[in-house]
Amino acid sequence: MAKHYLTRRQLLATTAAASAFVAAPYVRHAHAAGSLSVGFWDHWVPGANKATEDVVRAWAEKEKVDVKMDFITSQGNKNLLTIAAEAQAKSGHDIFAFPTWWPHQHADQLEPVNDVMAELIKQNGNVNGTVEYLGKAKDKWLAVPATVGSQIKGPCSRIDLMKQHAGIDVQAMYPAGEPPKAEQWNMDTFLRAAEACHKAGVPFGIGLGQTTDSVDTAGAIFQSFGAELVDKNGKITVKSDNVRKAMDYYKRLASFLPADAPAWDDASNNKWLVSGRGALICNPPSAWAVAKRDAPQIAEQCWTHGMPAGPNGRYAPFLPYFWGIWSFSKNKSAAKSLLLALSTHDAIAKMVAASGGYDLPAYDKLTTLKTWAEEGPPKGTLYHYPNPHNHQTLSIAAAPAPPAIAFQIYSQAVMTKMVARHLQGEPLERTLAWAESEVEGFMRG
Amino acid sequence: MSEIAVRDRSAFAVTVRPRSTWRQFFQQKSTVAFFFTLPLILLIAVLVVYPAFYSIYLAMLSKRMDRFVGLANFTFLFTRETFWMVVKQSCIFAVTAVIFKALIGFIVAHLVHTLPAEGQRKWRGMLLVPWVIPPALSTLAWLWLFDPSYSAFNWIIVNLGGEPVPWTGDALWARFSVILVNVWIGAPFFMIMYLAALKSVPAELYEVAAIDGASWWQRLWYITIPMMRNIIAITTLFSLIVTFANFDIVRILTAGGPIDQTHVFATWAFKLGIEGGDIPLGAAISLFMVPILTVAAVFILRDINKRGERM
Repeated sequence: MAKHYLTRRQLLATTAAASAFVAAPYVRHAHAAGSLSVGFWDHWVPGANKATEDVVRAWAEKEKVDVKMDFITSQGNKNLLTIAAEAQAKSGHDIFAFPTWWPHQHADQLEPVNDVMAELIKQNGNVNGTVEYLGKAKDKWLAVPATVGSQIKGPCSRIDLMKQHAGIDVQAMYPAGEPPKAEQWNMDTFLRAAEACHKAGVPFGIGLGQTTDSVDTAGAIFQSFGAELVDKNGKITVKSDNVRKAMDYYKRLASFLPADAPAWDDASNNKWLVSGRGALICNPPSAWAVAKRDAPQIAEQCWTHGMPAGPNGRYAPFLPYFWGIWSFSKNKSAAKSLLLALSTHDAIAKMVAASGGYDLPAYDKLTTLKTWAEEGPPKGTLYHYPNPHNHQTLSIAAAPAPPAIAFQIYSQAVMTKMVARHLQGEPLERTLAWAESEVEGFMRG
Repeated sequence: MSEIAVRDRSAFAVTVRPRSTWRQFFQQKSTVAFFFTLPLILLIAVLVVYPAFYSIYLAMLSKRMDRFVGLANFTFLFTRETFWMVVKQSCIFAVTAVIFKALIGFIVAHLVHTLPAEGQRKWRGMLLVPWVIPPALSTLAWLWLFDPSYSAFNWIIVNLGGEPVPWTGDALWARFSVILVNVWIGAPFFMIMYLAALKSVPAELYEVAAIDGASWWQRLWYITIPMMRNIIAITTLFSLIVTFANFDIVRILTAGGPIDQTHVFATWAFKLGIEGGDIPLGAAISLFMVPILTVAAVFILRDINKRGERM
């Protein structure tokens, strides 16, 4: 076999080339910092995705990251199916928009974001208790609260109908640009108003179905009575006096709601308000936004405000979305950098403006953005939507039970089912026994 | 008388080269048939067999999917009140819907069969419309008709002086509504199958029966139905499986409500597995369809085989 020797010239040439390669300066090309894939929630407000897209593109340009964005709809639970598929396959997007309970569902598969949250809290102020309850497991931040998609489902009332039939001036109670004057706005006043509006043929549009709008309202009313199905230690407390009081109140309230309320879904209350058939619904400003487009004379009479207070306090349903980083992501540092960029004051202000005030940041210092003060008609209708005066406790149904159990209570709509069963004539104790058995089942490991 | 020339076989033995075992293997009819069907077999393996075994695996995991729990999810379901309600509802839904689909399909097939050949095509086409529209779309239209607050049916009823009907708000009416939509969508399938079966019954049988003085009822009972029995059985089995596993109609129309009283296996599995994040329990629920449908399939297919042997 012939041997091959390097000549002096070849040796010199090779050495020079190798030295040049090693010593070559790092050239920063267009996508030097790698690539990132993000699954955002597809906003229902036309054009609202654009604000997020612009923020991400500006960040990608600056950081030289190749970003791929997918806007995934929650229609037909497409986003939940995608989360389930990616969790199983351990592959997919780097960052994903997780609805309320889903960070806890995939706690073991999410990259901790304590460093990101520490920076954001320093920058934007503290987050409310519900965000902490849903986004944190022990000391680990599972995800970052997303502005896009987060919402409070407080009452949206018809100014004229409430004044005319219930004698309540919602604008005086919640004046634009000022703190609420709602000391008298409690569960008794709410019940009397519901009765008066029902008699007048414009009942409150609160559903008793199994979708989130119905469940959220039930959760807030239960909490305002201190009614917990499971306490924070995981002890079943279905058969408690507070639950009985909440059920008794709800039964009386339900008799003033539309007869078909147990069949309502999340679209029903929107239609109820927009068609002019009801005096109040509990929803984010989506119904008002639709009315502004389709029935402007009704939109002009809408006022978004706080929930009534119960014996245990004033609770409003808050549903945050989260941006989480999958642990299988290959570019975690870039993902964290993007999460910071998505949560700056300017980025959040853009998102809020693009959604017409629908999207809510979870941070203390960002509840008084000018969009909410200026949106109309009527001007100031959304001023109290982000809870700027911390007038009510933002909460989620089934809290403070351990999230794994609370999620089951929430997703199986146990509270609205309890009300519907009792409303159909089932004795209260039988309903409580049924609920207790259901909750026992949720304890399964 | 024909003559048959027989050649000397030894002449062939010399010229024909012994064929290799591989060549023989590939030239066999069964091998060729296997290769022709291989793409379909692979497709079924990937899209049916693998998911089926994967769902069995999933159904044996804990709620957090971090440990193997054997049959615990199945035994847990037996202790749930809602599970037994879903079993009952699935059976009521499937059996009632299939009976009505078969009955309506049978009657309409006879009506169409009696029409002159020219007009028949037009009617066949029109009657198939509910079946060819994607069910999700047609169910959306039905949802608007049954809408809790804005039902078109209720508008008519109220204008005629009646009381509005809680189409999806009351358990009984909600069950009626989902069955009605399923029958509306599925009856044309029975109609077209029965029509094909009717056309294959020899006309001579009816002529002979008419000569013998058989009544309309006797012709139906002693000729038509026995000649259609296999088609009736297979159509029923096929429809029973599809109806039992139905998802879209219930999901769109009632989402299982009110108070879970219209859930069937597929919608409840989705509710718990995907919406409730309990994938193992969702998988266990969906697997309960298998033994129930297997029993139905065994009975119906055994009946068909028996009759096949007799013929």
